[in-house]
Amino acid sequence: MITKRIIPCLDMTEGKVVKGIQFVNFRDAGDPVVLAKQYDKQGADELVFLDITATTENRNILLDVVRRTAQNVSIPFSVGGGIRSVEDMRLVLENGADKVAVNTGAFNNPKLITDCANYFGRQCVILSLDARQVKKNRWNVFINGGTTDTGTSAVEWAKKAVALGAGEILLTSIDTDGMKKGFDIELTKTISKNVNVPIIASGGAGKIEDFYEVFKKGRTDAALAASLFHFGELTINQVKNYLRNKKIPVRL
Amino acid sequence: MIVIIDYGLGNLGSVKNTLNKLGVDSMISKSIDDIKKADALILPGVGSAKQGMKNLKERGLDKILINEIKKGKPFLGICLGMQLLFSSSEEGNTECLNVVDGKVKKFSTNLKVPQIGWNQMKYQRSNIKVQKLFKKIPNKSSFYFVNSYYCQPDDKSIVVGETEYGVNFCSILIKKNIVATQFHPEKSGQIGQQFIKNWIKLI
Repeated sequence: MITKRIIPCLDMTEGKVVKGIQFVNFRDAGDPVVLAKQYDKQGADELVFLDITATTENRNILLDVVRRTAQNVSIPFSVGGGIRSVEDMRLVLENGADKVAVNTGAFNNPKLITDCANYFGRQCVILSLDARQVKKNRWNVFINGGTTDTGTSAVEWAKKAVALGAGEILLTSIDTDGMKKGFDIELTKTISKNVNVPIIASGGAGKIEDFYEVFKKGRTDAALAASLFHFGELTINQVKNYLRNKKIPVRL
Repeated sequence: MIVIIDYGLGNLGSVKNTLNKLGVDSMISKSIDDIKKADALILPGVGSAKQGMKNLKERGLDKILINEIKKGKPFLGICLGMQLLFSSSEEGNTECLNVVDGKVKKFSTNLKVPQIGWNQMKYQRSNIKVQKLFKKIPNKSSFYFVNSYYCQPDDKSIVVGETEYGVNFCSILIKKNIVATQFHPEKSGQIGQQFIKNWIKLI
């Protein structure tokens, strides 16, 4: 049986790992390579690395950090931030990433998803979708590091992106991000029901029970967390042991 | 020297990193000379079957691979690198290398496709080679998978391990000098490294 994944996320800027609240007020969380090695040892199922200011600063991703991180981990490693072309994606893969997340670049140019999927296979293309609730049962897609409301429904964009070739969705709720009051269950469940690719739920993990909730009620395939793990409030093993006791299949 | 075949696709860097960690001499190359001289070959895989075959053909690597495999050179195919060994793939209706008889089929299941994540592999310790390949790897260990398609060999006797994802599919096969895995040993943590170590000892 396929197991549910627990994924620590390294949000990067200027070569350092940071963690914000609702995409602002960033706090330094340390060296990416050190953290990545630590999570690999602790039993993380995968790592996600997002260069969160590559798009807003209109620059390319930090390939050197990607390479050094990849050299030091033995688990899958996904990278996103500032990907605008097949060539950008190729460079990231060449430096040791296994999957690549597209966000603003794909929203502005949806053909990017199809081009990357045709070239590298859809399993390699993650749609990173940042959403915020605008009214009851309606979430909009935000781009440019969460600063721009596109006016487009998150559900519609998720469906379109999967039809275009996205193989997985990294779904971040801006509302719950960094708030540590639990994942956005409604958003996660709604997107998960509407597409047939794996979902990684992100934003809001604050206590161990939140992980159970998002797997059980949010119907997600993977859960991502940052500050909880970076600041040592929980270890990955604690989360997995808890989930196993609650009959959620995990790899221990 | 192990040559990791560069066909412009795939997570070549990940495979190289793993071999480096194990202290094994390897190189990433698309040179026909290097491939001929290599002690063993690895065809890694992240990509689509259609693009994969197109790239192999454009580089003139399809024929050389078939030759080297038929001559008996140890060969490890990973994920797409396993699928490309088959006669054909449903992915883009692609004719593949045809060194293993059978088809590559798309998952048809209520489960999400692609399969992404850690899943268990059940193996049969049928002969000494298999025993050596799975040394220090407990049965039903979890390996990392990322695939929308799976291999269906005509000759079931080459299947040494299976994994369940809606169907039981062949997650590892051994045919003479060929070892091919649907999972990614280079991404499967300590267990995956052990697997690659075991394969290197076999060659």
